[in-house]
Amino acid sequence: MIEREVTIKNRAGLHTRPAATLVKLAAKYKSDFFIYKDGVEINGKSIIGVMTLAAEQGSKMLLRFEGEDEEEAAAAIVALFEEGFGEPI
Amino acid sequence: MDAEMLHKEEVVLRGVAAAPGIAIGKAYLYDKQTPKVVERHLSPAEVDSEIERLKHALQRSTKELEKILSFAEQKIGDRKAKIFEAQIMILHDELLFREIERRIRDEAKSADFIVSDEIGKYQRLMLSAEDEYMRERAFEVEDVKNRIIRNIHQDRLFSKLEGASVIVSETLTAADTVLFSRNEVLGYATDFGGVTSHAAILSRSLRIPAVVGLHKASKMVSSGDLVIIDGFRGLLIVHPSQERLQEYEEKLTQYRRFEVELERLHDLPAETLDHHRVRMLANLEFADEVNSAKQQGAEGIGLFRTESLLINRDDFPSEDEQALIYDSVAAKAFPDIVVIRTFDIGGDKVMLDSAAPESNPFLGWRGIRIGLDRTELLLTQLRAILRASGRKNVAIMLPMVATLKEVRRVKRFLEQAKEELRSASIPFDDAIPLGVMIEVPSAAVMAEQIAKEVDFLSIGTNDLIQYTLAVDRGNDNVAKLYSEFDPSILWTLKHIIDSAHRAGRKVSICGEMAGNPVATILLLGFGLDEFSMVPSLIPGVKKVIRSVTLKEAQRIAKAALEFTTVEEVEEFLREGVKTYVSPLLLLDREE
Repeated sequence: MIEREVTIKNRAGLHTRPAATLVKLAAKYKSDFFIYKDGVEINGKSIIGVMTLAAEQGSKMLLRFEGEDEEEAAAAIVALFEEGFGEPI
Repeated sequence: MDAEMLHKEEVVLRGVAAAPGIAIGKAYLYDKQTPKVVERHLSPAEVDSEIERLKHALQRSTKELEKILSFAEQKIGDRKAKIFEAQIMILHDELLFREIERRIRDEAKSADFIVSDEIGKYQRLMLSAEDEYMRERAFEVEDVKNRIIRNIHQDRLFSKLEGASVIVSETLTAADTVLFSRNEVLGYATDFGGVTSHAAILSRSLRIPAVVGLHKASKMVSSGDLVIIDGFRGLLIVHPSQERLQEYEEKLTQYRRFEVELERLHDLPAETLDHHRVRMLANLEFADEVNSAKQQGAEGIGLFRTESLLINRDDFPSEDEQALIYDSVAAKAFPDIVVIRTFDIGGDKVMLDSAAPESNPFLGWRGIRIGLDRTELLLTQLRAILRASGRKNVAIMLPMVATLKEVRRVKRFLEQAKEELRSASIPFDDAIPLGVMIEVPSAAVMAEQIAKEVDFLSIGTNDLIQYTLAVDRGNDNVAKLYSEFDPSILWTLKHIIDSAHRAGRKVSICGEMAGNPVATILLLGFGLDEFSMVPSLIPGVKKVIRSVTLKEAQRIAKAALEFTTVEEVEEFLREGVKTYVSPLLLLDREE
């Protein structure tokens, strides 16, 4: 199991488009992927789940990966957060 | 008419005229209420078929949304269509539906109940965020949820629409309007919504009469009721009396005949009887409106608003995204001109997330002021517009300019943008015309000096009138003081037009006044070169222009300046233009 803390970097926060990008990327890995924020656990592979996260720029969340390709999944998804989902930072 | 209808009382509801025209027909009450969900227990034998029903419902919902999506992309543009894409993704949320399936099996309860309960959990999470954006998200999810449940119930939502109907509803979403427009719809009437709502914009482009903001129309009307929509005056008349019906049937016949007459004007120039030629241009919001503007006889796009690029998103579009849209407008309009206005945000328009609430937004951070503070936004937009200018049919227009200094600063940024494109070897029109909107009194006063430094002026009468008379049109207490025929406005317009001409520049009006047939002759007489308006108004204004001589228009304009109160001016114009303006064009101007 791998845990990583990430910060929302892009200006607009985790709105619908980044949420979709995130879920699509997570689907490429076999590992389970969960997001913890404000005491709520969300399955990061579910678009409707990710859509419930009100995450504006600067907010922090904890990511958890568990499964055979957890290393790769964590690296790819953390990188996506780091680059602000490819949106204006 | 049915005997039953005769003894029903006529009811006249007042709303906001959203799309012109008259419709007479049977109402179809589009009840958007959540489909009824009952917690029903399943026998073990029923479970498998229940899950089959769910799967079919998901397939059908996906198909429906895909249809709406592709239709929406054509009708309202890619940007707005994104709403439906997110909804489709939810239908494919494997985890969500695996859980729903599991619960149907384990709890042996009906699919509609489990779908409603499970999706409801997520909606509650969204609503608990107490954030406007998240609340909207919860509504989007509500739409998907209801669609699935309706499909589980196998109700065919739109099959009940028989023959030509007037749609009456609490609200209409973009999806509703798009779907209804494929059926025979005579008109729309809704309880909520404004002139700028999706439904209103769409019905204007589909040329279907619409009235919005009727408050309780959906409560007063039942399906099958005879109704009249007056899209000029913003009325919905339920159970019209025999006399009323006759009156409107006559109006409708007249209007149809008049429309045919206007259509004949399509290929004729906007020219007075003594051959003075002016240009008719269109105000547009979306790239895909260009063709319908041409159909109405527009000779170019006098105002392309770029704020629509910001709708339904919370960031600014990239240079590439913008360039793509501007280029498609320029390509569609070619060889005619497209005047692209830089983002006019602030005031009552789209706000930046980061902007602090202002106590006086109309006097605050808006229009070009934002661009000159957020110079990267301005530069990005200028580069994007330049990139679309290769056909040499694109011009740039600046909103909310108050001082010459602002114009000079923008010119420096424009040079910088050009330089950046040059060094990247991206082609553009080096002589791209730059214009300024005159909508702030200080700019009106300095119109000649401003005109000398740019290529053209365009008068934004809506804001200019509000600022000149210090009247907020949205404030009911003072709205009656707003008038385009106040003597102060007439003199201001004359000053701006004369100033532009002294500087050797052309001047247009892109505010609502340009589309008011009562004002046409006055503006013609002042020497206005270009009239830019909502495309549907072009034929009517053109008709007025073609029925008068420039000499007569000048006489009327001169005489109008003699008056000292707005009442005198209005009365004089109404009388003075009677010979030239068909009473049908004045329908919407009645008190």
